[in-house]
Amino acid sequence: MRRYLLRKLLIYILTFFIAATLDWVLPRLVPGNPIQQLLAKIELQPGTYNATYKLYMHSFGFDRPWWDQYLSFWKALFHGNLGISIYDFPKPVTSVIADYVLFTLALLIPAILLAYYAGNKVGAMAARRKSLDNTVLPVGYLLTATAYPWLALLLAFLLAAGGIGHFFPISGGFAYGLLPNWDWAFVWSLMTHWFLPFLTLFLVAFGGWAIGMRNLIIYELESDYTHYLEALGAPSRLVRKYAYRNAMLPQLTGLALQLGVIVGGAIVTEVTFAYPGLGYLIFQAVGNDDYFLLQGIFLFIIVGVLAANFIVDIVYVIVDPRTRVGISGA
Amino acid sequence: MTVLGTDEATADRGAPVAGAGAGAPKRRRFEFLYFALRNKKLIIGLSVVLLFVLFAIFGPLFVQHPLTAYGPPRHTPSGTYYFGTDYFGLDVFTQFVYGLRESLFVGLIGGCGATVIGMTLGFISGYKGGLIDEGLNVLCNVELTIPGLVLLILIAGFLHHTSPLIEGLLIACTTWTWSMRAIRAQTFSLVSRDFVGLARLSGEKSRSIIVREIAPNMSSYLFLVFILLFGGSILVAASFDFLGLGPAGGMSLGIMMMNAADWSALPLHTWWWFVPPGAAITCVVGGLYLANVGLDEVFNPKLREL
Repeated sequence: MRRYLLRKLLIYILTFFIAATLDWVLPRLVPGNPIQQLLAKIELQPGTYNATYKLYMHSFGFDRPWWDQYLSFWKALFHGNLGISIYDFPKPVTSVIADYVLFTLALLIPAILLAYYAGNKVGAMAARRKSLDNTVLPVGYLLTATAYPWLALLLAFLLAAGGIGHFFPISGGFAYGLLPNWDWAFVWSLMTHWFLPFLTLFLVAFGGWAIGMRNLIIYELESDYTHYLEALGAPSRLVRKYAYRNAMLPQLTGLALQLGVIVGGAIVTEVTFAYPGLGYLIFQAVGNDDYFLLQGIFLFIIVGVLAANFIVDIVYVIVDPRTRVGISGA
Repeated sequence: MTVLGTDEATADRGAPVAGAGAGAPKRRRFEFLYFALRNKKLIIGLSVVLLFVLFAIFGPLFVQHPLTAYGPPRHTPSGTYYFGTDYFGLDVFTQFVYGLRESLFVGLIGGCGATVIGMTLGFISGYKGGLIDEGLNVLCNVELTIPGLVLLILIAGFLHHTSPLIEGLLIACTTWTWSMRAIRAQTFSLVSRDFVGLARLSGEKSRSIIVREIAPNMSSYLFLVFILLFGGSILVAASFDFLGLGPAGGMSLGIMMMNAADWSALPLHTWWWFVPPGAAITCVVGGLYLANVGLDEVFNPKLREL
């Protein structure tokens, strides 16, 4: 178990290192210097332009040797300094992120967990009931094949913009007239604004889990141990229980693999509903050429995904006894 | 996709690689056709995809209004404007035809690129084993942990000019990971077979063993991988374009949805602007997934429901 977790931890540290390096390399690698692009937005006389350009190149340290820039990048990173945001000037990037991160977590954690739970349950039920399977399978495939922006737009149109009714607000994290305050009106407003983005993320992920679980259970029910149990005369409930437990393992691996897709979906969904989470923020950062904010959010999302991966690993150790004795290092 | 979870599961358990060590090739081809024509999932999935591909190819023949011809704004779908017009009076049907072309093209580039990268690294990793395998596997795990769309956004944030080709290649660079894992696992199970050992004994070079002995024995599997990556790339491209990061000046299904969202299609109830592009994506990708399941049943005798 120790070896398994240590190995995972090593990969995560490496991932963070590579992600941070990407963060540093990309602006320097891609054609078109960021400072030129920022200066292109303001009209300057050629003489003034050169002086301003030099000033900024110097103050951002672009005139220093690359290793020096790279080292000071890491130094700043370890001090928790991600730079100053341009979109929300003059706030530091870290505090801008802190303002938005709770909304994203409130959206992602329930969506991931509930979709995983419900998808697995429904998929397992579909595997043993043909009548249910006939609806779960096509609906599941349709949901996984749906692009996040479309489902978001569709739900917003039908349930918020009056396609069917105006049941939910169409955009924002809470009503404009309210101040963040823990009273009922504010909490209710939070809930109603949260529901549609949540539903979008939930539905797409749900389809995938349901199909995956259904296929796995069918696969398990044809394996040797199932036939052996049946030959022993075990009740079918017991057989299904064992099949479900075995099918959980690949699904758990799948959960770690799916995190990135769901995070990507959350970005698009938040943008559609103007929901003030990290996805909406990264969209604003790109739109406003706010490079520090863009880099900061990227690193922040990586750290979040790594933490979630590590949690899945620990759960895997608890669920699969083989990793504990070190027979298999999944 | 979760399809992935199953793939991994079957690959880990050494599921039979379709066609490995089969008998006379001629009989096998007929057998393949026999089962392919009787598989409803394959037929339905493939016809839906083909329908859209044909529409993308021949669609411009039915276009009545050029991309930049302004008509009455927010016109409901009618005989002259099949899918209505948008906020500015541009024909939605025209946008749909050209958008579908570009979305399919980007998806194809993304799918092909990701399959090639995944195949190359998967074969090398699975065949060579040892330190090379360890290194490539770590690389794959690192890339797998970094959310693809977020990496794409980071790149696009700095790279201000993209073309459909570059977009497809960028998508390929972020989606190859799971195909590499799956191909690597399959290669592992093939490397220990006798015929590979024989080829090695007879002094064949590694590259030719991979190309001539290993790859043909999992060709059906590679095809399935490509289909899934094709569908996945279309979905990623839709999100990427929707965020306004797609090729400037182009038209794609994602860009249509972005424009609709930006120009108040929701409060103004111009649903015909964003419903067709998203529905087309769902149909094509759903068709691809369905065809994938059908093909899997055709290739893998264990899965046939007969």
